[in-house]
Amino acid sequence: MANYEVFEYDVLVIGAGGSGLRAVIGAREKGASVGVVTKSLLGKAHTVMAEGGAAAALGNYDKEDNWKVHFRDTMRGGKFLNNWRTVEIFAKEAPDRILELERYGAVFDRTPEGLISQRAFGGHAYRRLAHVGDRTGLELIRTLQDHAVRLGMEVHMETTLTRLLKDGDRIIGAVGYRRGDGSIVIFRGKAVVLATGGWGRMFRYTSNSWESTGDGLVMAYEAGAVLKDVEFMQFHPTGMIWPPGMRGVLVTEGVRGEGGILRNSKGERFMFNHVPEFYRAETAETPEEAARWVEDKKNNRRPPELLPRDVVARAIYKEVKEGRGSEHGGVYLDISHKGEAYIKKKLPSMYDQFLHLGDVDITKQPMEVYPTVHYAMGGVDTEPEECKTSLRGLFACGEVACGLHGANRLGGNSLTDLLVFGRRAGEAAAEFAKTEGHPETPMDQVEEEVELLMRPLQGGDGENPYTIQSELQEAMQEGAMIARTEESLKQTLDKILELQRRANDIRVAGSPAFNPGWNAARDTLYMLISSELIVRAALERKESRGSHWRLDYPNEDEFWSKHNITVRKGENGEPVIEPRPVPEMPEELKKILEEGA
Amino acid sequence: MAKTITLRVFRGDANGGTTQDFRVETFPGMVVLDAIHVIQKEQDPSLACRWNCKAAKCGSCSAEVNGMPRLMCKTRVDALPTDKPIEVFPLKTFPVIKDLVTDVSWNYEVAKKIQGLTLADEGSKEPLRMQQIDVDRVQEFRKCIECFLCQNTCHILRDNERKDVFFGPRQMIRLASLEMHPLDVADRTQFLKEVAGVGACNITKCCTEVCPEHIQITDNGIIPLKERVADTYFDPVRKLLRWVGGRK
Repeated sequence: MANYEVFEYDVLVIGAGGSGLRAVIGAREKGASVGVVTKSLLGKAHTVMAEGGAAAALGNYDKEDNWKVHFRDTMRGGKFLNNWRTVEIFAKEAPDRILELERYGAVFDRTPEGLISQRAFGGHAYRRLAHVGDRTGLELIRTLQDHAVRLGMEVHMETTLTRLLKDGDRIIGAVGYRRGDGSIVIFRGKAVVLATGGWGRMFRYTSNSWESTGDGLVMAYEAGAVLKDVEFMQFHPTGMIWPPGMRGVLVTEGVRGEGGILRNSKGERFMFNHVPEFYRAETAETPEEAARWVEDKKNNRRPPELLPRDVVARAIYKEVKEGRGSEHGGVYLDISHKGEAYIKKKLPSMYDQFLHLGDVDITKQPMEVYPTVHYAMGGVDTEPEECKTSLRGLFACGEVACGLHGANRLGGNSLTDLLVFGRRAGEAAAEFAKTEGHPETPMDQVEEEVELLMRPLQGGDGENPYTIQSELQEAMQEGAMIARTEESLKQTLDKILELQRRANDIRVAGSPAFNPGWNAARDTLYMLISSELIVRAALERKESRGSHWRLDYPNEDEFWSKHNITVRKGENGEPVIEPRPVPEMPEELKKILEEGA
Repeated sequence: MAKTITLRVFRGDANGGTTQDFRVETFPGMVVLDAIHVIQKEQDPSLACRWNCKAAKCGSCSAEVNGMPRLMCKTRVDALPTDKPIEVFPLKTFPVIKDLVTDVSWNYEVAKKIQGLTLADEGSKEPLRMQQIDVDRVQEFRKCIECFLCQNTCHILRDNERKDVFFGPRQMIRLASLEMHPLDVADRTQFLKEVAGVGACNITKCCTEVCPEHIQITDNGIIPLKERVADTYFDPVRKLLRWVGGRK
């Protein structure tokens, strides 16, 4: 038997984005030894790309704001499929987590009183997003990174874990490889925190990096964990569409928050024609009111451009589909009327991004945008108090976990999610580790994984992993993105199953040492399985709700309004898709929802 | 119009290497990282490079393009001369792992030694009060995306190979962001002088020139830090006080 490198910790954290690092801090504060494993360098995780801000009802501008309003906004945004308890904890703890970040070293933009400035964002009733210009994610990850380093953790950078290790029904570690030299490495954790982030690479238009392949989701699924809500993928309404290399790259919602206007090729401000009844009372009626709102938020209602992301994304899809799209198949987003000085101060990195990479001066010209796959609402089913999954010893937090966002996430809620549940997961994992030992490493599981990892390197001709990825992205984009039908989903599923068969024959050249092709071979398998689960759940949900839009079932459905969809691996390896009733909300929380209706 | 360009890419590892030419068809707005991705997908999937966000926010894809330290995701192909091959090399200051990937772990090791934000009321949960005008300069430094292009360009680290005496511009900026934080009470002057080696910088401003975030590393960061050290150690009155006080 091969001799692999082995590391042992009380708590093993997989992923070093915001939630992973906050879990590290939580576990360290409880005295646990912590190892954290990341596929990239430290500080490069997806958190860094978050722009707009972190939502917390601090009430620094709007004294009327409090956790109850944040709770109500989040539940409404999620179309009531959220786990109410998760949302309650979230809304209550959010302010503390933001203030604590400031004491770790984060330097947010300030109010005239010297407190944390807060920005308006889609779906939030009040100005609620703590922010730093349009680089809030960077501030968050760097702050957590520095603080976690200060508390002491062992970081394993550029190390990819590919399989969770089990002792009976308990998760006891994971196996994977170092990207640098390709060597196999085993991590043993008395408790394991899954903080691997989201998945979007299976779509052609996505703001996600190479890392977002669904590895964490699928690792948990393969190990037997219950997943939930995976049909709900968030399409951020405004991704870049031109030039080709920038397709999918995010244009922050902050552009619309600062007064950006969406227009079609006829010059019409089309969002006024797409205001759902549910939101009519709180949306500006005229462009004049919308313009006044940017300056005076108390006495005016918000522009329709700031409706929840699913609403705006669908409106853009319809405009383009009905022939009113821009030159490259998107719509126009215009902020130029706010003037050069304002734009450069408020949206510096957007200005830079378009000027240098898109040949567009946004202080003078409109941007071209189209929805881009951005965020996975669903994930590993996670209990709210301690972020426990259905598997003993496995905790989950951040985007890979599930329960907070329901059918649609509000912008600004994900950064705070990382803090609130990263902490809870880390602390709970440390407590769990106190009473558990390290069972023996199951070498049969390790060897099975090593065999799978090494298969593409055995030589001979075979499939190119990138070709399979491209075909998958094409199929998911066409059949499972914004607008879905039974037919489009079934066609996509057929294609995925065909690609899964072909993926057995993936072959790559070279050695395992820093070989992106070899890494992509294993990643492709995660992308194919996660795609299958997304599509199967999307087929099951025969209604339209939140981000899930079925052209053949355009309305909300009574049964599905009260059910989540769970996915788990069956006895024979087949995906088992089952509806599960949404937990009943206590009366006092129901009252909070009714008060705002 | 699509046009074909040649990329001359370093291929090798810690034991050395050579260059390899790849022909790539361009598309509008193509950046060097796009071209590398085309090579990986269509010609050689084993070509190693780092990248994450592809939007100049993460600082992963640093390399030397035609001899200049750049983020590959921000370097337009059509802004480079196309009558000769575009040369893409790994950062020179750090040891090569493979192809365009270098071992930058030293940066993370020295970062561990820096004392973080230290508040007078440590342990309190009160919101901090700071005016925007007082945090502007700290926020400039906190724009750093840790691409390490400045570290790569710094003469002390690159040509003199003195990683033992100087932490480099990136860590100076980190230290400046802490030292100039309105509520920080730690004194890092001695650390700056004796451990981080701020005196080693000879103000050629090369780091400022390559910063993709346009941070005024030298003028706003390093020079004020040098002044703090000078005030403490080379001011005659303070020197006398230190001597009287029995401190070195």
